[in-house]
Amino acid sequence: MDVTETDETQQTDGKEPIIKYRNISKSFGDHQVLKEIDFDLYPGERVAIIGPSGSGKTTLARLLMTLEKPSAGTIQVDGRHLWHREVKGKLVPANERHLHEVRGDIGMVFQHFNLFPHMTILRNCTEAPVKVLGLPKKEAVERAKEMLDKVGMLDKVDQYPANLSGGQQQRVAIARALVMRPKVMLFDEPTSALDPETVGEVLNVIKDLARQGDMAMLLITHEMSFAREVADRICFFDDGKILEQGPPSQIFTQPKTERLQEFLKRFHLNGNGFQEVQ
Amino acid sequence: MDWNWDFTWNEVLPELLSVLHVTLEATIGAFAFAMVFGLILALGRRSRHRWISWPTYGFVEFFRTTPLLVQLYFIFFVFPDLFGLTLPPLAAGILGLGIHYSTYLSEVYRAGIESVPRGQWEAATALNFSAWQKWRSIILPQAIRPVVPVMGNYLIVLFKETPLLAAISVGELLGTAQSIGSNTFRYLEPITLVGIFFLILSYLASLLVKRLELRLDLNRK
Amino acid sequence: MVTVQLLVIAGILSFVMSFIGGFARLSRFALVRWVSGGIIEFFRGTSLLVQLFWLYYALPLLGVSLPSGLVGIVGLALNYGSYGSEIVRSSILAIPKGQTEAGIALNMTPAQRMRSIILPQAFRIMLPSFGNLMIELLKGTALVSLVTISDMTLNIMQMRNTVGHDTQILSLLLVAYFIIGYAMTLGFRWLERRFSAGRV
Repeated sequence: MDVTETDETQQTDGKEPIIKYRNISKSFGDHQVLKEIDFDLYPGERVAIIGPSGSGKTTLARLLMTLEKPSAGTIQVDGRHLWHREVKGKLVPANERHLHEVRGDIGMVFQHFNLFPHMTILRNCTEAPVKVLGLPKKEAVERAKEMLDKVGMLDKVDQYPANLSGGQQQRVAIARALVMRPKVMLFDEPTSALDPETVGEVLNVIKDLARQGDMAMLLITHEMSFAREVADRICFFDDGKILEQGPPSQIFTQPKTERLQEFLKRFHLNGNGFQEVQ
Repeated sequence: MDWNWDFTWNEVLPELLSVLHVTLEATIGAFAFAMVFGLILALGRRSRHRWISWPTYGFVEFFRTTPLLVQLYFIFFVFPDLFGLTLPPLAAGILGLGIHYSTYLSEVYRAGIESVPRGQWEAATALNFSAWQKWRSIILPQAIRPVVPVMGNYLIVLFKETPLLAAISVGELLGTAQSIGSNTFRYLEPITLVGIFFLILSYLASLLVKRLELRLDLNRK
Repeated sequence: MVTVQLLVIAGILSFVMSFIGGFARLSRFALVRWVSGGIIEFFRGTSLLVQLFWLYYALPLLGVSLPSGLVGIVGLALNYGSYGSEIVRSSILAIPKGQTEAGIALNMTPAQRMRSIILPQAFRIMLPSFGNLMIELLKGTALVSLVTISDMTLNIMQMRNTVGHDTQILSLLLVAYFIIGYAMTLGFRWLERRFSAGRV
């Protein structure tokens, strides 16, 4: 395990980052959630973001998915500005059309799945490919079925989301995002809203994806052993800043900052399958 | 034809103000009737006895689906024949409006009653309250409180339907405006003014309802 | 039959106006929101009968004379369209934010999100309210008899003057309205069942 991790890190060294956050801040009213963040994500890299709730982890992902607008700073996706357009050498705020062009590289899996309740599972996965990518219906269906097969939900294509368990819904949501073939996939606490018994099936699907694809992944999670297993790099968020980052072996066994030590201790006490670290 | 300010201030406005109380009396009288009768209908629909709950259901559906205007005609013209009961126009109007809106309010009460958690019924039974005590001190106080703003909105809706009473010769705002019009051949000012009256009064009332809603909400927390 | 004609034409018009008004109330432009809000509050705040009287008696004095049938249609459509606008607006707002966000994450345009995600779900929420609104419209059509449009109510009231028998003919009139209204209620219930895909 350790060997592959180092291999991965070395591979990314030569490439340009696919995502670049520069000096990003975000405030909601008086409350500053992100404080001048610089953050890079390389093609194919798997980064897990951990940290206490309210530390700004989710906001980091939501800015990239254009669900929230940064208060200051820039984000680049594959060399193009996300929230800005260049007009005569100057950066001006992006309009909806520009956002539409750039965010096609990004996909997202939500904490609460957000499946479309009025569509069947299959339709959930074909609507965007047909409407947004302009695929012929037949091809969209093929792609959707392939992805649904991958997450083990092929037998439910004609069901509606309300008939599925939380874990099943989340697997469909993953397939729905995959069908769009994003270069970067965001997972926003994908198992936090699930019953304990269905957490495992969703984590396994994500682990499989991490093993197979060349898709970059940003995983916001509270599942420490999962983060350790899947990620190439762990970022510890605290109070709107990246306090510490590095390969899992280093973060989990030799935390440098006191805050991270405190944070990890809490998980140890909770017995979240984290004992193996010691 | 131009707007005549002199006519508006000196003839129309004083006359409309002098009958404003009729509109308000009709509103308040009919609403009071609807509050009481609506509760009876709501309880009737919940009755365990079919010979009470079914006719109540039929009554509510029928009066909710047929026009208030025709109901007013019915009360005004048919009651004298049928029951030998000749009501003065305003009383007939209050009765008609009251019955019509009691069917709406019965639905509001029903929603309120259904919003009381099951545990409250069970607790009342466990404490051995009688049926009457259970309704009076446990269920109804909790059922009515959350629906007070909805009732306030129906009060406003009812208020805006009082002009229909003009059709059975009640001298309320619109009826009076129409008679000013037919006497002077100037309809523009009186009817416009009636519209403004309704706009202002219903706007003020809706502000009150909003404040009420806010206060009830705050007390809850 | 005039009552049914009025019901259908004014019904369709107020349905269309509900969507125009509802979308205008949710517009990105503050001016559009305010103006539409003002118009809607105006028609909701003054009473339907007052509006009909104004269109029938006062408007001609300003030089605009509408045929009485048109007065009825315009009055009903504006009034119930205003109520309908609030139905459309609140139903659209009732769709959880996560649905819009999922649409953004799939890179749908705002128009695609509205068409494929928001409206189909909002429409289901609207249906029962529109059903009630159409019953209100049916009852509202009786008011046009007071501005001399010879609908069912006016016909019966004229018949009453000539043949008498108040009890029978007024009862008949009430029952006729009830039958139309009940048929509409059943129709809307059927629609609600048809559009309930995906809900348990």
